[in-house]
Amino acid sequence: MSSALPVSVDGRPRPARRGLLGRSGAGDRALALVSLLVFLFLYLPLVVVVVYSFSAAEIAVWPIEGWTLDWYRELSRDKEIHEALQLSVIIGVVSASIAVVLGTLAALAIDRYEFPGKAALRFAVVLPITLPGIVTGVAMLSFFSVLTWPMSRWTLIIGHTTFCIALVLNTVVARLGQLPRNISEASADLGAPPWRTFWRVTFPLIRPAILAGAVLAFTLSFDEVIVSFFLQGREPTLPLLIWGRLRIGLSPEINATATVIVLVSLAAVLVSNRLSKQATLGG
Amino acid sequence: MASIAAPTSEQTIAAARSERRPGGLWLLLPGPLGWMVFFYLVPLVILLVHAFWSVDYLTIQRTFTLENFRTLLTNDLYLRVLGRTAAMAAVVTLADLCLAFPLAYFLAKRVTKHRELLLLLVIFPLWSSYLIRVFAWKTILGTNGILNSFLLTVGVIDQPATAFLYSKTAMFLTFSQVWLPFMILPLFTVLDRLPNSFIEAASDLGANPWRTFRSVILPLSLPGILAGSLSVFSLTLGDYITPTLLGGPGDQMIGRLVADNFGMSNNWPLGATLVVPILVLVSLFIAVANRFGALGRTAA
Repeated sequence: MSSALPVSVDGRPRPARRGLLGRSGAGDRALALVSLLVFLFLYLPLVVVVVYSFSAAEIAVWPIEGWTLDWYRELSRDKEIHEALQLSVIIGVVSASIAVVLGTLAALAIDRYEFPGKAALRFAVVLPITLPGIVTGVAMLSFFSVLTWPMSRWTLIIGHTTFCIALVLNTVVARLGQLPRNISEASADLGAPPWRTFWRVTFPLIRPAILAGAVLAFTLSFDEVIVSFFLQGREPTLPLLIWGRLRIGLSPEINATATVIVLVSLAAVLVSNRLSKQATLGG
Repeated sequence: MASIAAPTSEQTIAAARSERRPGGLWLLLPGPLGWMVFFYLVPLVILLVHAFWSVDYLTIQRTFTLENFRTLLTNDLYLRVLGRTAAMAAVVTLADLCLAFPLAYFLAKRVTKHRELLLLLVIFPLWSSYLIRVFAWKTILGTNGILNSFLLTVGVIDQPATAFLYSKTAMFLTFSQVWLPFMILPLFTVLDRLPNSFIEAASDLGANPWRTFRSVILPLSLPGILAGSLSVFSLTLGDYITPTLLGGPGDQMIGRLVADNFGMSNNWPLGATLVVPILVLVSLFIAVANRFGALGRTAA
């Protein structure tokens, strides 16, 4: 990896000789210290959740008096959570799949063609993740109610797909922008019909980016609560179930559930990162 | 057209290609365009239409009225909540900017080893459940929570302080933490692209660190600052989870009022009206960010 070298081809990892805090090593140490503190602040809640999921006490107190796996045992027997988890996975997979198709189509249109309203389309696709989630949530609720569609897992899927398209679009557009244009030109010049150029040349090159976008879309859907709250039917997703329980009171079992969710998200982010790296190295 | 040797601009290529495949756009566009129009833009319009309707004994009267807007503008409660929400969003955005800048600068300009891993660690909380992080703050700040029991054990206080939870401070802390990665990421992107030679040149020309920061680094990172601020501002403005779990009775925020009107209070037209100022504020921010080229970079 280039980051191990003092100077890379694009020269980026090389640190500035003198910078924000002047020439002194003291300034750099202060910057490092502040960064470390901000970093700890960023991770404090996650660490708390994970550590206290193993604490024996019913309420989270300091110091921790004993350790236990009871909350995980309780979690493994909790049917409500299992059903909610199942629903979250189904909705995540279906929404991410639809979003991948629509997001990739939009990315190709934006990258390949000039058409009136192109900037507006790009803006509209990103709008659901730019505007506060509650706007999307209540807008769709009003829409479904005017159409008299009952709330169900389908309304959740429609809601999730709508904000997931933006993630796929962003990842795929970024990748398409890096592709050397003459590759598909060459394919076309050699007589390949457009669909074959896409299938044999463009698609293999953007596949890692599409997958990375899909994983991110799944993660976002899996964790989403603000929009989902308005679009849920009778069965709650996992975050909605947790939200409902949190409003009643805290339970250490939620810490165990949270730890599992954090691990799932971590795995997803690692996979997505690996895929994006493949995308940048593989071109 | 096929013999273009060295195309001069992206437009040329795009033009060449659309000439070659005039039908392609008709295959690509209808799906995503149709979805966004039908499932997003139409719902937004329907929401706004609701703002001009009214409620009579829990049923929505579909006749035009400006009554909701009159309520919004004359009722002290709504204006106060709106002001409080906007102030909270502004303060959180500022705090995150101050917290994120040093870390982003450090990652972009000082770290040579394990850069990718560190960046990944910074991004990860963005993808770990937001609800869980809010909940964690409740465990930390609660009356019987970690902070209180820690202070009791250490002997700083002799009975649990109630001041931490259900307050604006608790909400401020939580918001600043949960949205922080949204600020770090775009800042890192712009600072990473900022050539080191610019910083060195400024200092070689005799600028002190503060001057270098103010005249070189800050202006050049403006797109990142605006992109990150837009995310943090917008996310805080519409949130109802944090006020519900960590806010006190006097800390109502606009998102919570919207959620209540679409939920228990069952006054959708009023709820839709309360969305309007949120949309106006965020649109103003988007317009400013767009002017300085901050949009479209958020994805990077």
